[in-house]
Amino acid sequence: MVALERPLVSNPLLRVSQLMTHQRGPFDLSIDAGQCVSLRGPSGSGKSLLLRAIADLDPHQGEVWLDGVACAQILAPQWRRQVALLPVESQWWLDEVSAHFPDEACPWLIPLGFSEAALGWQVSRLSSGEKQRLALARALMNRPRVLLLDEPTASLDEVSAAALETVVANYRHDTGAAVLWVSHNAAQAARVASRHYRLQNQQLQNRQLQANGLQEGES
Amino acid sequence: MNMITLTPMDLSLAALLVLILAGLSWQMRLGLERSLLIASLRMVLQLSLIGLVLKTVFATSGLLWVTLMAVVMLLAAGYEVMARQQRRLKGWWGYGLGTGAMFISSFAVTVLALFTMIGNQPWYEPQYAIPLLGMMLGNTMSGIALALDRLTQTAWQQRAVIEQRLMLGQTRFEAIAEIRIDAMRSGMMHIINAMAAAGIVSLPGMMTGQILAGAPPMEAVKYQILIMFLIAAGTGFGVTTALWLASRRLFDERHRLRLDVLSTPQG
Repeated sequence: MVALERPLVSNPLLRVSQLMTHQRGPFDLSIDAGQCVSLRGPSGSGKSLLLRAIADLDPHQGEVWLDGVACAQILAPQWRRQVALLPVESQWWLDEVSAHFPDEACPWLIPLGFSEAALGWQVSRLSSGEKQRLALARALMNRPRVLLLDEPTASLDEVSAAALETVVANYRHDTGAAVLWVSHNAAQAARVASRHYRLQNQQLQNRQLQANGLQEGES
Repeated sequence: MNMITLTPMDLSLAALLVLILAGLSWQMRLGLERSLLIASLRMVLQLSLIGLVLKTVFATSGLLWVTLMAVVMLLAAGYEVMARQQRRLKGWWGYGLGTGAMFISSFAVTVLALFTMIGNQPWYEPQYAIPLLGMMLGNTMSGIALALDRLTQTAWQQRAVIEQRLMLGQTRFEAIAEIRIDAMRSGMMHIINAMAAAGIVSLPGMMTGQILAGAPPMEAVKYQILIMFLIAAGTGFGVTTALWLASRRLFDERHRLRLDVLSTPQG
């Protein structure tokens, strides 16, 4: 794994400290380079709000560090290019898919199950599953160092979901990116992540998962 | 000028037409008679009052009185802009934004026109200054009100799209650029249409009034052309300023969309 070849530093790639948003928190979490961490919790527990605050889309207290650099020290658009949030429902504001992509080849189309021609498609004719996969490809074009994925396979069938999991895992291994993956599916969480958080009653807890996805207990 | 003075009798005859219409509305149960009569009464009272005020201001010709009148007109126009917003900016912004933008555009263009184009002595001669400013304010007011309403409403509806663009690393200006262009267009549409239709579809009100009052048609036309240019420029500068300020206000310094600066619509 690339992550092991990186120099051992005490700083995790992403560190969230005493983060409070919309009267929730304080939350602390950290993710090392090349690591994928799952986040689960009941609906309405604030998982999406936590992701929004980490991407600096909502006013918040506390601080988030990327590789030792505080969010407040970087211009917000630059921060969001490096800390990419993939929302549950992606938005497309122009007619053609390609208009939402920068003018360079997108290497993730084929691994995600598309042909190069997909860029020429009309947005109005995309299915929700196609939108979800294309939104990941679009987000990766910024070469983010952290991926915040909010139920990225919610509207995907098993085949497409597996393709997406593989694309994220390969990106993580190739670039040393950190991934925070919100999932309602325990089996998926166990499959994609090496550490697990659970958000419940305003508390962020470390959890261990068995290989079959059932919860064993707190660590 | 061979101006034909209207007698109270002439006006009463015209009023009789409106009364007949009100009677008809009552007969046919259209429910319009009440608002029609109240609006007619308001129009007569307000115009008579402004006639008296103008008569006094014209008689004094002092800069102080002209300025006072101009300020009252500006504040009233600022209130109108605010009242026409579905979702206005909270606090002083709601009032100050439109008023400020009109102050910059209408006042500046009017004063420029008085100094350079009309060139009367003194430049603030109320017979020219007040009607000119009135026409400028009336038009920039509609433009700014329409544009601001469009901007805030669209931003509200397209919140998800704006935030998606921010998530992809766009700046606040990039993320709202199309919405701003759209709002600019709706603010300018009225005056652009008016210029395109002037003389063919419609005879502009000011020119018609001058001709009725006995002015030679070509002189009236020249004035109308001047006014149209001034209104177009004033509206454009006013709308640009208002949209720039408002779209800045919709985001904070961390490029976050802050719809909490907007009030919720009443009713």
